[in-house]
Amino acid sequence: MPKYEPVLLKNMSQPGYTGTLDEYRKAGGYTAFEKVLKGIPPSEVIEIVKKSGLRGRGGAGFPTGMKWSFIPKDHPGPKYLCCNADESEPGTYKDRQLIENDPHQMLEGIGIACYAIGSHNAYIYIRGEFDLGAEIIQRAIREAYEAKLFGKNIFGTGFDLDVVLHRGAGAYICGEETALLESIEGKRGKPRTKPPFPATHGLYQKPTVVNNVETLANIPYIINRGPEWFASLGTQKSAGMRIFCVSGHVKRPGNFEVPMGITLREMIYEHAGGMRGDKRLKAIIPGGASAPFLTDAHLDVKMDFESIAQAGSMLGSGAVTVMDEDTCMIWAAMNLMEFFHHESCGKCTPCREGSAWLLKILQRIETGHGRMEDLDLLVSLSKRIEGRTVCAFGDAEISPVLSTLKHFRAEYEAHIQERRCPFRPNVVLAMAGSH
Amino acid sequence: MKLKILSDKAKAAIEAEFPKYPDKRSVLLGALRIAQNEVGYLSEAAMVDVAEILELTPVQVYDVATFYSLYNLKPVGKHVIQVCKTLSCALVGAGQIIEHIQSRLGIGVGETTPDGLFSLKLVECLASCGTAPMVQINDRYYENLTPEKVDRLLDDLRREGKSAMASGPFQLPVLGGKS
Repeated sequence: MPKYEPVLLKNMSQPGYTGTLDEYRKAGGYTAFEKVLKGIPPSEVIEIVKKSGLRGRGGAGFPTGMKWSFIPKDHPGPKYLCCNADESEPGTYKDRQLIENDPHQMLEGIGIACYAIGSHNAYIYIRGEFDLGAEIIQRAIREAYEAKLFGKNIFGTGFDLDVVLHRGAGAYICGEETALLESIEGKRGKPRTKPPFPATHGLYQKPTVVNNVETLANIPYIINRGPEWFASLGTQKSAGMRIFCVSGHVKRPGNFEVPMGITLREMIYEHAGGMRGDKRLKAIIPGGASAPFLTDAHLDVKMDFESIAQAGSMLGSGAVTVMDEDTCMIWAAMNLMEFFHHESCGKCTPCREGSAWLLKILQRIETGHGRMEDLDLLVSLSKRIEGRTVCAFGDAEISPVLSTLKHFRAEYEAHIQERRCPFRPNVVLAMAGSH
Repeated sequence: MKLKILSDKAKAAIEAEFPKYPDKRSVLLGALRIAQNEVGYLSEAAMVDVAEILELTPVQVYDVATFYSLYNLKPVGKHVIQVCKTLSCALVGAGQIIEHIQSRLGIGVGETTPDGLFSLKLVECLASCGTAPMVQINDRYYENLTPEKVDRLLDDLRREGKSAMASGPFQLPVLGGKS
C-alpha cells in the first residue's frame, strides 16, 4: 500500500487497467462532468475550483479558478480552452504518464473547464515527440465522441463541445502559453508581449484559458469529492496532491503523487529510495531546469510553492533532479545552458545572445580555460538578461548559472585555478556543440 | 495548380484537417508532418506544395519549417536516432550511449550511415527522465538503455526494420510513495 492514497495515479495502479473509456467510467469517470452539466451553474463551478485552492501544475502555479474567472462572461464570439500537453521542462515526465495510462481524466477535466468558462472548443497541444501519447489521446477522444460525451447536446443538456488534438513539432518554448497559441495558429512558437493576456486576447485573439494536463485531470475529483477535500490535502497555500518526477542519481526514479508540503528528504530518501551507491547528495533541482539548484542543506525544505521559493528556488513543474557528490556543478550548469541556448526562440536579444555568451563562458571554465573575472562576468551578464525578456524563459536560463555560482563558487574557482575540471580531468566537451 | 511533389493522398490528408480550425494556417504544422512523412524530408518542392494547399506564401511555410526541430530540411536515414542529452539522461550515462552509437555506426552527430539506414541526432529532454538514458527512433521511445541494449536495438532495426524493445504506454511500478 502506498503511504499516501493516490488520486490521479490511482486507476492506473490497478492491475490490468489500460485507460479505456469503459474502464474509466467503471472507476467513476465522467460522473463529475454529468453532475456539473446537469445541475451546477458555470459560475459555481469556478467558485468550487477557486475554493479548492488548485494551482496550475505546469510550472507557474497560478490559481486555476482565478484564471477561469478572468474570461469575460458576456463575450459574444467563441472562447477557447487549450490543454497544455507540451511537457518539455527537463526532468518532467508526469503528464506523459497521465496521458498514456489514463487519458480520460484529462479529457473529463477539459469538458468541465469548457463548461465553466463557456467554451465549446478545446485544443490539446501535445509535444510533437509524443507519438504514442498522440495516438492514445486520439483514441480516447474518439471514444468520448462515440459515447456522446463530446459533440452535440452532451447528456441531453444542450451543451456542445468539440475537442481537437494539435501536435507540436519540437520546440520547448511552445509550453509557454502564448507561444503555444502562436503554434496552434500555424506560426513560429514565439511568446507574445503581454498585456493583452490570453483571457481576453488568446487563441485567434479570442478569450482563452491554457491549463496543464495535471491541472485539468484534478478537476473531476474536485467536483466529485468537494473543494474542502482538495484543500485539506497539502498545505494552506499549496493545496492538493502533486505528482513529483524524480530523476538523476536516485535508486528508484519515478513519479510520486504525494500531498504538497512533504520534505525533499522524504521524497528523495523514502519514495525515490535514496542515493544510488549510497553516495552523498550534492545538489537538487526541485522544479525543472528553470528552477535554481539547491543543496543537501535544503533537504528539510518542504515541497510546496512557498517553502521552495523561500529557500531560493521554485517548485515549477515538480521535476526533482538529484545529483551526487561526483557530479561537476559547472558541467551540470553547462548541460542546462546548452538546453536553454538551443531552445531560446530568438525573439528577445538578451535571452538569445545572452544564452550563447553564458554557454561559451561555462564551456571555457569547464575545459580549464576560464579566468577569475569570468565569475563576475557570468553574474553581470545574467543580471542583464533577468527581467528584460517577453516571457519567463530569460529568467529561467540564468538560474542554473547563478545558483551554482551561489552554492558552489569554490568549485568554479578550482576549475579556474587548476586549469581543468577536478571531476572530469580529461573532459573534451563530449556533449557540447551538438546541435 | 498542379502539385510539384506531394500526392493527391497527402493533399487530401491535409485538407481533412481543415474543419478542425477556423483558419487554414492552423493546419501548417500538421501539413508539414504529412509532407515530411511522404517525401522523407521537407524539400523545397514539398514546402511550396504545402503553401499552395494552405494558401500561404512559401516563405511563411519555410519560416515555420525552420523553427521546429522535428522537421528535416535535408534527407535523413530510414531510422532517425534521437538521443536525449539533457541533464537527467546525462547524469546516468547518455554520454556513453552517444559514444557507443557513434562507434557502432561509424558516424558522427548529424550524419547518416552510407547505406541510408541510420541518422544520429542529439536532442533535448524528451520527458523520459525517470527511465534514462533513452533514445527516440522515428515514432517510438527506447528507455533504460545500456550499450548492450543499444546493440540489440540496432541489430533488430537492421534485421527487421523495427524492434520489440520499443516502449509501450508509460511504465513505472512505483505509485504514490512506498509503504
